[in-house]
Amino acid sequence: MTLPLFFFYLFSIVAIASAFMVISSRNPVHAVLFLILAFVNAAGLFMLAGAEFLALILIVVYVGAVAVLFLFVVMMLDVDFAELKSGMLQYAPIGILVGVVLLLELLLVAGSFVISPEVGGSTGLPIDVSMDNTRQLGLVLYTRYVFLFQGAGAVLLVAMIGAIVLTLRHRSTAKRQNPVDQVARKASETLKVVKVKSGQGL
Amino acid sequence: MNSDVTDFASIAPAYPELLMAVGALVLLVIGVVINKEKSALISWLAVLLIAAAGLTAVLNPADGVLFNGVFIADAFARYMKLLVLGGAALSLILAMPNDFENGLHKFEYSILAVLATLGMMVMVSANDLMSLYVGLELQSLALYVMAAIKRDDPRATEAGLKYFVLGALSSGLLLYGASMVYGFTGHTNLQEIVSAIAMEGRSVGLIFGMVFLLTGVAFKISAVPFHMWTPDVYEGAPTPVTAFLAMAPKVAAMSLMIRLVMDTFQPITGDWQQVVIFLSIASMVLAAFAAIGQKSIKRLIAYSSIGHVGFALVGLSSGTQVGVEGVAIYMAIYVTMTAGLFACILSLRTENGYVETIDDLAGAAQTRPFVAAIMAIIMFSLIGLPPLAGFFAKWQVFLAAIEARLFVLAVIGMLASAVSAFYYLRVVKTMYFDEPKSTFAAVPNELNIIIAVSAFLIVTYYFTVGSALTNWAHIAAGSLF
Repeated sequence: MTLPLFFFYLFSIVAIASAFMVISSRNPVHAVLFLILAFVNAAGLFMLAGAEFLALILIVVYVGAVAVLFLFVVMMLDVDFAELKSGMLQYAPIGILVGVVLLLELLLVAGSFVISPEVGGSTGLPIDVSMDNTRQLGLVLYTRYVFLFQGAGAVLLVAMIGAIVLTLRHRSTAKRQNPVDQVARKASETLKVVKVKSGQGL
Repeated sequence: MNSDVTDFASIAPAYPELLMAVGALVLLVIGVVINKEKSALISWLAVLLIAAAGLTAVLNPADGVLFNGVFIADAFARYMKLLVLGGAALSLILAMPNDFENGLHKFEYSILAVLATLGMMVMVSANDLMSLYVGLELQSLALYVMAAIKRDDPRATEAGLKYFVLGALSSGLLLYGASMVYGFTGHTNLQEIVSAIAMEGRSVGLIFGMVFLLTGVAFKISAVPFHMWTPDVYEGAPTPVTAFLAMAPKVAAMSLMIRLVMDTFQPITGDWQQVVIFLSIASMVLAAFAAIGQKSIKRLIAYSSIGHVGFALVGLSSGTQVGVEGVAIYMAIYVTMTAGLFACILSLRTENGYVETIDDLAGAAQTRPFVAAIMAIIMFSLIGLPPLAGFFAKWQVFLAAIEARLFVLAVIGMLASAVSAFYYLRVVKTMYFDEPKSTFAAVPNELNIIIAVSAFLIVTYYFTVGSALTNWAHIAAGSLF
């Protein structure tokens, strides 16, 4: 048993087990934490497959941002998950049906590789094995796809402006610090030296 | 090795887009740094920026395919881009008077409008399924926010949310279609898709993809049966935003539709013709009958715009160069008429605020004879009565349909046009023959100018701009064939 194979089974088993825990754990915070564990293991699988860029993106985006966001939502919104879950069993047959269909589709896709192996060889862009894929992505992202990349950036900018303009409220009652005022203060304006005779007080 | 951008001069065809993108960022910085109360300055700067982008496109007419085939600049794209820029600039000027009342006093409004316009320019210049989608999303996302920008008004937020949900659905349909087309042709580049279809012939999957793609675009031009969002969003959004929605985005989506069917799906003309003819007939007939019962003036305009999209699609159904020319002329005249119409509506203010229902217009001819007269002229032009511009718009598209031997379509279109006369004339009747209920406030100067210019263009279309516009549309349509 080689080392990569060992890690493959390790990551896979932990990923499947934690995915199962996501849907079965009673505490929603635990469910989100198991989701993070599943993501990390999936990242490990990507790493084994040689897609180190995807692995890192999965950790940065899904674990770092999305899962933490879930965690905040779960903790901040007072959702009664026990009530949400109460009707789960009656939907179970549909869920199982969808799962079976998905499994069959996966088998069909995997089967086509077994039946006609030449399908796997017809990838669009030739892959240069001598370079790691982060470098390869960087090379095409800012040259070949620069227009689309910048366009996607503009879309994200619009999303940010939109979120701010629709939700940010300047409350007039809130007290804020004004650094300019604070720095511009002079000792003569605020400080007064008073001679006090001993034993008398002010 | 991977890029065809060698130096700054090599991206000359994309200068207008570049200018808009950089300009939007500069405006954003200016808006954040200076006092937030001075949104009028940003609005005028945005109008100047849009004018500068239009000027760049006119003075620097560089054709070419750029960025490894995702971007195309040709005469058609330039024509449509100028229409988009014109529509956007006009609707920004329309939004300036009484901006506080409409909730448009935030400086972000103009910047979102500039970014939406940039998205529309990308759509017009799209030569790849990917850039098509990026442009469409950039435009739509900015428009969702603009529709909901009066965030304390429940109707505006409802409009924004409705627009967002249905727009997201239509984006999904469009993406599904794009993935089918990519899957069955193996290309995302529009020209390569043409050659792939020509070589391999049509397949069921490709037809499915085409239908979904056209469905996604039909949502954006609000053609029946994908029009449900239009009356609600037009009614709920602040009126200047409605003006924005009714002008530039329609032109951009229509040019996308033209490029898809005339260019990409050219080898399967018979298949897309069925779709476009259905959209056209459904839009014309439904709009003509549904508008009759409307009380709100903005809902009336929404149905009117649905009907006009149907008329424009009549020209596209022919699948000929004359047809595309007709659609190009139609969109130009549609933008002019819509700008004038919204300027009239925005200028008629009573002490209770803007006019909302058609009955509010009662007796406008007595207190505001100038605005009422021009609104009547625009209504006659929207019906399509000669010698007004609207007549020549419809003339061109019906001519194209008859030349392509689509007689049934042309007859249905003319009947729908006759039915639509009823609801347009009802507005004129209310203004001229009903007793005035309220007095109207004075008209701001910006609106007076837009009203006067659009009325001048509509009335004297045949003698002044008509031949130049036809000539120009001819060149634009010619670049697609």
